[in-house]
Amino acid sequence: MNTPALELRDISKSFPGTVANDHVSLAVPRGRIHALVGENGAGKTTLMRVAYGELRPDAGEVRIQGELLGRGGTARAIALGLGMVHQHFMLVPTLRVFENVVLGHEPRRGAWFDAAAARRLVRETAARFGLAIDPDARVGDLGVGEQQRVEILKVLVRGARVLILDEPTAVLAPSEAEDLFAILRQLVREQHTVLLISHRLHEVLAVSDAVTVLRDGKVVDEMPAAQADLGRLARAIVGREVRAPSRARGSGHEPGGRAVAPLQETEVRVTDRREPVVLRCDSLRTAGKREALQSVSLEVRGGEILGVAGVEGNGQQALAHALLGLEPVVGGSIELHGEDVTRLGTAARRARGLAYVPGDRLREGLIPALRIDENAILGRQREPDLGNRAWLSPRRVAARAETLLRRFEVRPAMPSFPAAVLSGGNQQRLVVGREMGREPSLLLLVQPTRGVDIGGIAFLHERILEARDAGRAVLLVSADLNEILALADRVLVLYSGRVAGTCSAAEATPARLGLWMTGGKESEA
Amino acid sequence: MKARGTRVLPGILGRWARPLAGPLAAIGLALAAGAILVAVLGQDPVTVYTTLFDAIFGSAYGFGQVLFKATTLIGTGLAVAVAFRAGLFNIGAEGQMYLAGLASAAFALALGDGCPALVAVPLVLLAGALAGALVALLPALLRAFLGVHEVINTIMLNFVAFALGSWILVEKLALFESVHTAEIPAAARLPRLETMLPAFRGAPLNLALLLQLLLCALCALALWRTRWGYEVRAVGLSESAARSAGIPVRRRLVEAMALSGALAGTAAANFVQGYKYYFEEGFTAEAGFKGIAVALLGSTHPAGIVPAALFFGALDRGGFVINGLVPKEFVDILQALVILLVIVLARPGDVAAQVRRLALRRREEVS
Repeated sequence: MNTPALELRDISKSFPGTVANDHVSLAVPRGRIHALVGENGAGKTTLMRVAYGELRPDAGEVRIQGELLGRGGTARAIALGLGMVHQHFMLVPTLRVFENVVLGHEPRRGAWFDAAAARRLVRETAARFGLAIDPDARVGDLGVGEQQRVEILKVLVRGARVLILDEPTAVLAPSEAEDLFAILRQLVREQHTVLLISHRLHEVLAVSDAVTVLRDGKVVDEMPAAQADLGRLARAIVGREVRAPSRARGSGHEPGGRAVAPLQETEVRVTDRREPVVLRCDSLRTAGKREALQSVSLEVRGGEILGVAGVEGNGQQALAHALLGLEPVVGGSIELHGEDVTRLGTAARRARGLAYVPGDRLREGLIPALRIDENAILGRQREPDLGNRAWLSPRRVAARAETLLRRFEVRPAMPSFPAAVLSGGNQQRLVVGREMGREPSLLLLVQPTRGVDIGGIAFLHERILEARDAGRAVLLVSADLNEILALADRVLVLYSGRVAGTCSAAEATPARLGLWMTGGKESEA
Repeated sequence: MKARGTRVLPGILGRWARPLAGPLAAIGLALAAGAILVAVLGQDPVTVYTTLFDAIFGSAYGFGQVLFKATTLIGTGLAVAVAFRAGLFNIGAEGQMYLAGLASAAFALALGDGCPALVAVPLVLLAGALAGALVALLPALLRAFLGVHEVINTIMLNFVAFALGSWILVEKLALFESVHTAEIPAAARLPRLETMLPAFRGAPLNLALLLQLLLCALCALALWRTRWGYEVRAVGLSESAARSAGIPVRRRLVEAMALSGALAGTAAANFVQGYKYYFEEGFTAEAGFKGIAVALLGSTHPAGIVPAALFFGALDRGGFVINGLVPKEFVDILQALVILLVIVLARPGDVAAQVRRLALRRREEVS
């Protein structure tokens, strides 16, 4: 049988002012993993929503396992065997795994919920596809990777044969991503079909059979994964030649030039030991329940990037919040420029040169409902040059915002619109630009490129290196090991709220860091 | 997606038409539904609405009455709106206004006749504002430091305020066999507008109207032009983002709620200093609760609150006049319909949409 499991034929979809999909065709054969890549705004999400029946295309047709989707909407897409695993989970945290999985189509015995049958169904499906999960665990107690497995189980139990996964690894640590890929391979062995949307090119290459690249709503390239390489993919995605930024000090990258972060880096910068220590933490302990810091000591000097690696949930968030003054510190101390700031509030620490790019930009980094220009001064609203005494000058706020939007290439540059209209990558540019604009002495970056497209990642990486070269101390927390390896001068691994190990960038091999990240021991080097 | 940005209408049309569309549609639909109701009651909708319209715009006296009723509603509406902007639902404007009325009357009586009006009037206003702020302070502190939700606090505190106010009145201040205090000295009274504009003769319209309009302008400036106001709005839209921006979240919450209480307090002046010249049991006539409706209809913006208060004031006034044709509760039904429709028609991002989300929260968490 040669019918593709999922076929999109000549799909076009416009929104007022934008063509999101322009005659896109895509066919995924049964039993394959097909990847869809492209920048933010390239039209991937629109295409997926068309396939899932959430959006009706202006032209073209969708066939699922050979059957025409037509005008039946999501219900028909599901009936035809399509399942969607969203980037943001839709689970009830207080219910158990098996209850979540069968929610909406519970097995019944007479009028009653048949819990035993539900449990059995979930256990059997999980076993068949190699999903390790306890059906009786409460979803709220599960880690992100496990919650994702529950989402996958949900669509499988409903009989999906074709699965669409939207950015499934964006929230996962490397080891969890590996587990996910193992599940995807098992799905394919069971003659299921997977369409994967991802930003992480090396993962795409590792797991998929073929890759389609979307740019500006059109298919610009399509290739079997065997013939794909990172350079060709990156060129297709960005639409022009890309080059790697050099980590060497003062190498003079042209501002605004797009570049792709290298996946391997051989050149090593020698840290100038005479630069003063900007941040010093001594045996820091926090009170939180889950990922409290046990006893963390670290130092960051000016002109240095300290990369904090680790599987998410091992104290990274607690560390960031403790440094910012949002997480109560129960022991140890934090020093900025030699001054003990452990008891100071957030505003006082920011006034002493701390800038913060949070991991969750929609909760902490900006205010989606607030105008873009107003977001451009968030956290800086007390700066004297924005007005006088109690007043903010709209003119000066506008000027500040305009400079920021231009320098960090935030698009669309519409200061009076709410920040919610910006794509994720542009929101992040706004946040990073604002925080770097304060000329901070310590830059605290948490997952600075999460959910950002490849052009945006290169842009942000260049800005981070520039800040380092300008003598700022940078603390970079990232779950993306490649990012850490590409940028950091020294690497520190957090495991279970403790420092599992630190080493210079030269000594940091993925194998060594991986060992530390998973709690493995190593004879002290 | 890119498409999100293009959904916003361009230019002047988008800037003014979109925020107005919801409230205007709500009013239109409510009046249409009201017409059906009138017909069901066996009356002619045209007659009823003509009578209503005539009562409102037919004479300067009638319109003066509308403005008088609107004055109080601007005050309470503004109070609720300021709290909304900080992300707080002040359901306690009623109680804050009630005790503020009592405090200002008591203060004016204590002040006596010896004080010149230029000093007495602002002092008495200040006493009322202070009392309102103090009443609001308790739920504000509970919310900011213990996380106790202000909706519950302020609702419950209303009952405390009514009981406390009436007890103090009866025990200490009421005239014999009455439920009101003695009249406050002339120096503490707000002048009637009829002394300046004779057309309003007979209407209790007084200087409190101008005071409330001034407060609207001041609040708009404070919220959108000062650093403090920026911080309050940031807290109202996202406490977590405000906190990591270094904004003192608890302090701004408490300050905004106190300001809200103070504004509710000044709403009492229209009656106490401008109309009857005494504090009377039940004088608030639910203006505090109607302030919630006014704030919602006015999109919690000072510029929207004035027309919204006029609308509700007009319906209040109209209720008296059409009483002979339909029960005066008809007006209550109209007001309730308007509010329901404002909430139903709210666009995402509106405060009314927040209310809708609160109401639907249980459902959304599951889906």
